[in-house]
Amino acid sequence: MSVQDRYISLVAACTLLGASLSLPAEQTSEEAIAEYHAMFGDENPAELWQLRGEELWKTPRGSRQVSLEACDLGKGPGVIAGAYAELPRWFEDTGKVQDLESRLVTCMTNLQGLPESEVLAVKFGDGEQKSELEAITAYVAAASRGSRITIPLDHAAEKAAYALGESVFFYRAGPHDFACATCHSESGKRIRLQTLPQLTTSEGAQAAYTRWPAYRVSQGELRTMEWRLQDCLRQQRLPQLTYGSDVAIGLTMYLARNANGGEMAAPSIKR
Amino acid sequence: MKKTRRDFLGLTGRLGLAAATLASGLFSRIAFAVDTRPAFEATSLKEALAAIGVTEHQDSTEIILKAPDIAENGAVVPVEVTSKLPGTRSITLLVEKNPHQLSAEFEIPEGTEAFIATRLKVAETSNVLAVVKTDAGVFHAAKVVKVTLGGCGG
Amino acid sequence: MPDPMRIRAVMMGDVVDVKILMSHVMETGQRKNADGDLVPAHYITEVTATCKGKTVMKAGWGPSVSKNPYFSFRFKGGAKGDKLSITWKDTAGGTRTDEVTIN
Repeated sequence: MSVQDRYISLVAACTLLGASLSLPAEQTSEEAIAEYHAMFGDENPAELWQLRGEELWKTPRGSRQVSLEACDLGKGPGVIAGAYAELPRWFEDTGKVQDLESRLVTCMTNLQGLPESEVLAVKFGDGEQKSELEAITAYVAAASRGSRITIPLDHAAEKAAYALGESVFFYRAGPHDFACATCHSESGKRIRLQTLPQLTTSEGAQAAYTRWPAYRVSQGELRTMEWRLQDCLRQQRLPQLTYGSDVAIGLTMYLARNANGGEMAAPSIKR
Repeated sequence: MKKTRRDFLGLTGRLGLAAATLASGLFSRIAFAVDTRPAFEATSLKEALAAIGVTEHQDSTEIILKAPDIAENGAVVPVEVTSKLPGTRSITLLVEKNPHQLSAEFEIPEGTEAFIATRLKVAETSNVLAVVKTDAGVFHAAKVVKVTLGGCGG
Repeated sequence: MPDPMRIRAVMMGDVVDVKILMSHVMETGQRKNADGDLVPAHYITEVTATCKGKTVMKAGWGPSVSKNPYFSFRFKGGAKGDKLSITWKDTAGGTRTDEVTIN
């Protein structure tokens, strides 16, 4: 037997050994987790937020006693179907690029006449303290289920928001010298059992962006993109991200544009 | 940074909450609400079963208990039970390693299918039991659920 | 007032398939908040379902039912257009009843 033959038979033996080891169809933990997720079926507690959001959307409130049904999310007053899939975008009336949440704050304060302090009092719900913004975001986002993400990046301000988001994404800072890109610019990275999406690619950005907002099982709460981003920065030990800030909207724009063409499937259910 | 801010907010928040709850008369109800049902206070499987009147029970393949092999998060573990046993009167769910084993009891009146599905907190890797009371005795099925993240913490 | 339930009741042959999501914290009384204080227990203890005056399901729950509970069951004797009423009660004296039409 030549050295080469011996090498080949060794490889063959190893391959066989590998095959016999995997034969009893032991599930990988990833498959088992997928099965766990499948058991939730269509029964997502996010619907409880959607219900509450719908009520809040349709109820006349604030000093002007009007509902949010005249709120323009970019597709005309009151149009919510597909609106989330086209945000963030430039708004003429505010002269700003806005994501859904900052736009809702605009409508609640300008249109309904609710005090901004009241609107922003509970940005992220916690147990009995419920967030109106999370509920309305869930309701509006659900109306984009099945819509394709369409971020044309036509306006100069939209391009600028994307550029800002991109630079923040790659900006290393904080005590751990961390950037979003540290975890999210390569494929196959993971934390514990969670595979981390490669957000610099279309595929990775779509997989992530199309599934937010999400019902977070570990918190028993519906969470939005604003929550997701401020928690990413917290995990990086960076200063607290300001709700609706240029940086928050820039990062959202960066992710949304990278996910362009993806089919919205939110609210989803996550670990 | 966050902690300090939270401490400050927490203090004013608590004072505010205490005032609000006292004012609304809810305080006593919330603070002193205890579960008066002994079965739900039991701290061992045996004790919990005894409290629901079960001393003897047999393993049965006529009870189909569906639960995941691995739960990514123990806070929400989907559990589904179908009993094919004739004369099923009730289905009870228990989690062996939880601080209190008894999770939920379901009475099955005449005309209602012997089927339930719900989601449970599972504190750590544990046996999940479905105990079925029938006209012909008590039966059970069990399944181990591995928990990668405990279900009773934050 | 507690938030409404989301109830689906759909005919599957001669059986009514019921799927319920409830908005509830389901606090066990064993969890500590960020300040290290024990969060008081607050959970649903009882769920009943009635259709045409008949109790079709009665459940007793403890704190280990998950937050924002999901509950599904199936019963016979209902038809399209019938009303199904679900009520829960909790340890803090809270209660909520919602009604849906079977379809």
